[in-house]
Amino acid sequence: MDLTLRVWRQKDGQSTGSLETYQVSGIIPDMSFLEMLDVTNERLIEEGKEPIAFDHDCREGICGACSLVINGKAHGGFSGTTTCQLHMRKFNDGDTITVEPWRASAFPVLKDLVVDRTSFDRIIQAGGFISANTGGAPDGNAVPIPKPDADAAMDAAACIGCGACAASCPNGSAMLFVAAKVSHLAHLPQGVPERGQRVLSMVARMDEEGFGNCTNHAECEAMCPKDISISHIAKMNREFIRATVRGE
Amino acid sequence: MDTNGSLNGNVPAGPLAEKWDNHRFNMKLVNPANRRRYKVIVVGSGLAGGGAAATLGELGYNVDCFCYQDSPRRAHSIAAQGGINAAKNYQNDGDSTYRLFYDTIKGGDFRSRESNVYRLAQVSANIIDQCVAMGVPFAREYGGQLANRSFGGAQVSRTFYARGQTGQQLLLGVYAALSRQIAAGTVKMHSRTEMLEIVLVDGQAKGVITRNLVTGEIEKHAADVVIMATGGYGPVFYLSTNAMGNNVTASIRAYMKGAYFANPCYTQIHPTCIPVSGDHQSKLTLMSESLRNDGRIWVPTKEGDPRGPAEIPEDERDYYLERMYPSFGNLAPRDIASRAAKRACDEGRGVGDTGLGVYLDFTDAIKRLSLPVVQQRYGNLFDMYEKITGENAYEVPMRIYPAIHYTMGGLWVDYNLMSNIPGLFVLGESNFSDHGANRLGASALMQGLADGYFVAPYTVGNYLASQTPGDYSADSSEFTQAADDVKDRIHRVLSIDGKRTVTSFHRELGMICWDYCGMARTDQSLKKALDLIPALKEEFWENVSVPGSGDELNPELEKALRVADFLEFAELMCYDALVREESCGGHFREEYQTEEGEALRDDEHFSHVSAWEAPRNGGRPILHKENLEFEEVEFSVRSYK
Repeated sequence: MDLTLRVWRQKDGQSTGSLETYQVSGIIPDMSFLEMLDVTNERLIEEGKEPIAFDHDCREGICGACSLVINGKAHGGFSGTTTCQLHMRKFNDGDTITVEPWRASAFPVLKDLVVDRTSFDRIIQAGGFISANTGGAPDGNAVPIPKPDADAAMDAAACIGCGACAASCPNGSAMLFVAAKVSHLAHLPQGVPERGQRVLSMVARMDEEGFGNCTNHAECEAMCPKDISISHIAKMNREFIRATVRGE
Repeated sequence: MDTNGSLNGNVPAGPLAEKWDNHRFNMKLVNPANRRRYKVIVVGSGLAGGGAAATLGELGYNVDCFCYQDSPRRAHSIAAQGGINAAKNYQNDGDSTYRLFYDTIKGGDFRSRESNVYRLAQVSANIIDQCVAMGVPFAREYGGQLANRSFGGAQVSRTFYARGQTGQQLLLGVYAALSRQIAAGTVKMHSRTEMLEIVLVDGQAKGVITRNLVTGEIEKHAADVVIMATGGYGPVFYLSTNAMGNNVTASIRAYMKGAYFANPCYTQIHPTCIPVSGDHQSKLTLMSESLRNDGRIWVPTKEGDPRGPAEIPEDERDYYLERMYPSFGNLAPRDIASRAAKRACDEGRGVGDTGLGVYLDFTDAIKRLSLPVVQQRYGNLFDMYEKITGENAYEVPMRIYPAIHYTMGGLWVDYNLMSNIPGLFVLGESNFSDHGANRLGASALMQGLADGYFVAPYTVGNYLASQTPGDYSADSSEFTQAADDVKDRIHRVLSIDGKRTVTSFHRELGMICWDYCGMARTDQSLKKALDLIPALKEEFWENVSVPGSGDELNPELEKALRVADFLEFAELMCYDALVREESCGGHFREEYQTEEGEALRDDEHFSHVSAWEAPRNGGRPILHKENLEFEEVEFSVRSYK
C-alpha cells in the first residue's frame, strides 16, 4: 500500500506545531497502525530526519498509552479498537491519513503526538480508590457480591485511561473517564462507605483540571476503545446528586 | 570460570511451614513515629513495585516511586490476562497451601528455593482477600461467591480472574492504593522518569540516577534503601509478549555495580501466542492460557498437508498434547506445550503460511457448551484475535505459536528479597526466586503482589531498623560520579552518528537470541551466539544512528540506551545457558533429553542457582552457586503424562 500521511509535528510544549506531509510506500495490510509509523520512522532516521514521537507501550490494547486522532477520530474510530490494535487492512491503497494528538486543554502536547495525561492521575488521586490498607482484609467470600453487580463493576473498570473520551468530546469533558471509576466502585459493597466523598472530590478535581462539562453528545461512548457506556455518566450524576442532597 | 563457595540465601531455621511466621516475629521493627524519617526509593510501578510503594507509604515511610511510562497505571502487569493463583480451596477440590507449594516447585522443575515458594503459597490467600477489599471486580458465581478456573500445571481449580483482564484489574487496584498514598503525601511519584544507574556508597545501595524523559534532565535521588521491581528481560529477544518499553537496564546496571544475576538462561516461552506475520512485526500478542481449558490443540498427521482445517477429517488430526500427556492434556505446563508445538512444526506439520503455527480449535467446545457460553468465557480474546489476524475463530480454528513471554531469571536475592548488595531489594519478575526454571500460569501476578504487599514491607523494615535514617547525600562524590557516567554514556551514543537504526540492531540481536538461545539450545548454537553478540555490540557502538539530542523528549535515545544494555545482557544469558549442561523447565539443551524428547535434569551437578558476578577486568562473568536443598519435596522426574 502507498499512503500519504499528514502528521502533527510540534517540537515541544512551548512551540507551535503544524501538519507535515509524508509519502510512505510498501505498507503491508497486516501491519498495525503503529508498525506503519515504526516503518515511517525508520525511513525518516535513514534520511537523517527526526522521527515522529508518539506514546505506545503494550501494543495489545490494554495499557492505554497509545492515543492518536486518526482522520479526525480518536483511535481511528473503529469499534472497540485502540490505535495499537488497528491494522492497515482497514485502509485502502492511496489513502491520505491525518494523524493528530489528543486535543483537550487538560492534555497539553509535550511533543508531536505525545500529550501529558497526568490530569487523569490527579483525578484518581482525588478519590478513585477504596481506603483499605494492606493487611487484615476479611475473607474474599465474606461479603457475597451478586454476579450482576460484579459484572457491572467490571464493565466500568475495563476503562484503560487512554483519554479518547475527553479527546472526542466537543467540550473536552472527562465525564466518561471519571464516571467509569465512580460507577465501578459504587457497584461494590466495599466502595459504599466512601461513595459520597469520592464522587464529590473527583468531580471537583475534574473541573479544576480544566475538563469541560457533559452536554450529552455521546461522542465519548462512540469513540471509547473499551465500549464503556454513557449510562455510567447517569450513574455518576445520581451519585453526585445523592451526595449533594445528603450534604456529604 | 571461577567458582566460589555456596551463596547463603539467609533462609530462617525451623520447619518449612513455620519459617515465615517465625521470621516475621524475629524481624526488627521501625517505630511508627520514626518511619517518616526513612526515605525509600522504588523503581517500577507494577504489581510488585506499585504494591510495595503503596504499602510502605501506608506504613508511614517516605517513598519516591519511579516509572518510565506516563502513568503508573500503565506498567506491564496490566497485560496479564488469565488470572492469579491462590490456595483458597473454595472449590473443595483438594487444594491447600502445601499443594500450591508443591505444584510450583514441580512446575519450576526443582530449580527454585523451597522456602521462598512455600511463603508465596502461604500469602497467596491474603492477596485475594486484599484485592477484594480494594474493589477488584473478580468474576463471581450467581450466589455471589468468587469464581475459579483451571490453569496449566495444576489439577485443582485455584485461579481467580476478572474476565480476560485480571492483570489490568489487579494493577488498577495497586494504582488506586498508590494514588491514595500520593494524595496523602507519603509517596512522590516520578512518571516518565527512567532509572539509568544505581549508586552505592561504601558498598550499600543509597540511590539512583534517573533521566527525566520529557526534559532529558539527569537527576540524582538518594535514599536509605532502594527497591527495584523493574520486570523481566523478555525483549532481549526483540519479539516478545512484553511491552515495547520493557527493558533490562535497571537490572544490568545493578549487575555491573556488583549485584549477582541469577539463572539468566531461564526464559519462558508461552505456547499460545499469535504467530509472526512478517518482518515488520514489533511485538507478539499472547492469547491467554485459559483458552486451553476448552480449546483443543492439533496439527495434521500428514506432513505439509495443504488442506484447510475443516477439510481434515478427525482421524487425520493429531491432538498431540492429549495424546502425549493424557492426564493434563491441553493443560500441560507452558514449557512442555511450547516444545511440543515446536516439534510438530519442525516435523513439517505446522499450519498457516509460514508453517510456524498449530491449531487451537473450539469446534468441540462450541458443540459441548454452546456458542454463547464460549463467547461469554473468551469473547474478548476472540475479538482480539480477529483484530490482529482478520479471522473469525468461532468459525476457523485459531493459529498459535510459542513466543517469549516471561523470564524466571533475575537478580539474585536472599529470603528477604535483598540482593547481595546491602540495601538493594529486588521484587517481582526482576528477581529470580520463586519460579525455578519454569513459571506456572497465573503465578506471576501472585508473586508480584506477594512480594509487594506482603513480603517486602516486612523485610525492608527489618533492614531499615538497622540503619541510621538520612545517612545519605545526593551531593556526595559517588552520586556526582554516577551522574557523570550516565551523561557520558548518553553523549557517547548520540555522537556515533552511524548508519543503522537502533531498531535494526535490536531486531538482529533478537534473531540471534531466538535462533541460538531460544526454545532449544545446543553447545554449538550457544557458542555461535557468543561469537555473534560481541561483534554486534561492537558494531552498535560504531554504527548506530540516534537522532536528536539528550535534553528533549527523544524516544530513539531511550531505545538506544536500552538496546545497549540488552547487548550486554544477551551475552550473559547465552553464557549461563552454555554452562548449564542439563535441561530443566524453560532451558532445553538438545544434548540432554530423554528418549521421548523430555527435559533431562542433572540433579547431581546442577541442583543450584547460578548467580553471576560481573567480570572485573573483561573476561567471563564469575559464577557463584547457591545449592538448592529440598527438605520437604523429593526430586522426581516431572511427569504430566
